[in-house]
Amino acid sequence: MTTDINTKLFASVPDADGRFGVYGGKFVAETLMSALSELEILYRRLADDPEFQRELDEDLAHYVGRPSPLYEARRWSDRVGGARILLKREDLNHTGAHKVNNTVGQALLAKHMGKRRVIAETGAGQHGVATATIAARLGLECHVFMGEEDVRRQALNVYRMKLLGATVVPVTSGSRTLKDAMNEAMRDWVTNVDDTFYIIGTVAGPHPYPMLVRDFQCVIGREARAQSLSQTGRLPDALVACVGGGSNAIGLFHPFLEDESVAMYGVEAGGHGVATGEHAAPLTAGTPGVLHGNRTYLMQDEDGQIMHTHSVSAGLDYPGVGPEHSWLKDVGRVNYVTADDAEALAAFHDLTRTEGIMPALESAHALAYAGRLAATMTPEQTIIVNLSGRGDKDIHTVADIDGIDF
Amino acid sequence: MSKIAGRFQQLAAQGRKALVPYIVAGDPDLASTVPLMHALVDAGADIIELGVPFSDPMSEGPVIQKAHERALASGARLRDALAMVATFRERDSETPVLLMGYANPVEHMGYARFADQAAAVGLDGLLTVDIPPEEVAGVNAELHRVGLDNIFLVAPTTPKARIQSIVDQASGFIYYVALKGVTGAGHLDAEDVAQHLAHIREATTLPLAVGFGIKDADSARRVGAAADGVVVGSALVDTIARAAAQGASQEELLKAATELVASIRAGLDSIAS
Repeated sequence: MTTDINTKLFASVPDADGRFGVYGGKFVAETLMSALSELEILYRRLADDPEFQRELDEDLAHYVGRPSPLYEARRWSDRVGGARILLKREDLNHTGAHKVNNTVGQALLAKHMGKRRVIAETGAGQHGVATATIAARLGLECHVFMGEEDVRRQALNVYRMKLLGATVVPVTSGSRTLKDAMNEAMRDWVTNVDDTFYIIGTVAGPHPYPMLVRDFQCVIGREARAQSLSQTGRLPDALVACVGGGSNAIGLFHPFLEDESVAMYGVEAGGHGVATGEHAAPLTAGTPGVLHGNRTYLMQDEDGQIMHTHSVSAGLDYPGVGPEHSWLKDVGRVNYVTADDAEALAAFHDLTRTEGIMPALESAHALAYAGRLAATMTPEQTIIVNLSGRGDKDIHTVADIDGIDF
Repeated sequence: MSKIAGRFQQLAAQGRKALVPYIVAGDPDLASTVPLMHALVDAGADIIELGVPFSDPMSEGPVIQKAHERALASGARLRDALAMVATFRERDSETPVLLMGYANPVEHMGYARFADQAAAVGLDGLLTVDIPPEEVAGVNAELHRVGLDNIFLVAPTTPKARIQSIVDQASGFIYYVALKGVTGAGHLDAEDVAQHLAHIREATTLPLAVGFGIKDADSARRVGAAADGVVVGSALVDTIARAAAQGASQEELLKAATELVASIRAGLDSIAS
């Protein structure tokens, strides 16, 4: 047990107003303020309710299939050289990504609030699929907002959602990607706030979402910490996770924040290279601002307009990031770095060939950086990479890039 | 007393309701906005609400979203909106003007810099859709330093107990959002609006303007009866968009806009005081 002063620091956020230092908060139209308060009050009550926790744990065990394995990727570790690399296999969850940890939790909240309809935004489609899945199970009406551009590049997930009974609404405004899907979901919520629960898929949005999504995703890090101790006899030297909105990263990092010896790396999408301006790396190359209900690092121009982003992976193609990451960057606890499209694609192929595990392109960004990091470390050291999702959904994107036409 | 408060007081003395038209700065192009502002005043507008274009206008329905996109494409930004106010002031020093928009452009300019420039160009107030009372301390300090009003939204979902915390931060007037939803949506329920306005009046003596869903003389008259003024946004923006899409000259554009505003003025003036 640590007695470090940091214990207090990391447990102190968010504060009562939903702030992580200067980040976070509730920057939404007045119409939504009471819905957010209602959600916050309910969540604070249920978070301490053993019956709710039992329900959640049961779903995570028997519906999601947790715990997910911590798998040592020996062949891939040998190939990149240096440290031992362990993969937290969130790709093995039901629906194929970490997103379901959160949708199961929020759907339980929706049920407790008596809402008959859920909505979600989605980029790569993983959160949309996870929401449509839990909606099917609970018999809730489900609308998923998805940028037109993402509908095109994630056709498989769009069809999955339709099979699950969800309505997928293509969003044609703005850059037609994740940020615009989130705008549209907010517009739907403000209109249907009486009967609708908005299941936000990442640790962004207005308070209490960054807090409750984090809490639901922390199961990743809690398991990984215990698995590391039992499988390797020690804590890892480093954690690596990709950061779009940042839910899989916060889920892995948060339970380790007080473990001073554990270094942490959040990997943003470098796109065509940070120097080109065509990327999705607000923590690396952005400045603080206000978007989607919270203050956080953003990709914005000199007039405070939100910029278009680029990443080969739809799930990272977002100009903002969860406010807790902004805070963790400023306090210096987590290092935020980038991997570009080409590096992610190379890692995608590498892991597939050496381990028989096909990672999501989002997770491939984490792998790419972990490979670089491992090479600077020793074989006695270990790295845990969050393999946040499986790559089936990206096969078309990868085939396109490789010039293969089905 | 601020110019906005003064205007409401003056209207109240005459037994009239305030007409507050909303247009987006730079829609459909940079050159049309100031002539439009003057034309709206000539048609009976009492206060001009100028929308600041933003890439992610989360509270807007499709009509105003598209106006933001057109304005951004025409190059309009927050500093252009401020410059338009300055130009407007060359010919009209009386009509109050407020900017309505989203937090980020103002935050990015810096609250202090924004306040200084706003005061310098003769702006009278600011309404930021996504800065609720919980987050307003920083911007309010700067606005108050230069004597600008901060206009707040009260929604149908605002609990009675919360209204006080909003009006305590507000000055100029209170903007009551007549329906749950985005701008330009839904169907107005005048009785429901009147009931909510009565609750707000228990908490404040500030004038109450109603917006969202007022599209013509009839809806303005029905909702206006219990209010001190009405805001007309989507209907006007849509009128401008249709004219622009048909390749209207600036003169034709102004005519289409003023016809709508004049008819709403007549509707409001038909309310017996």
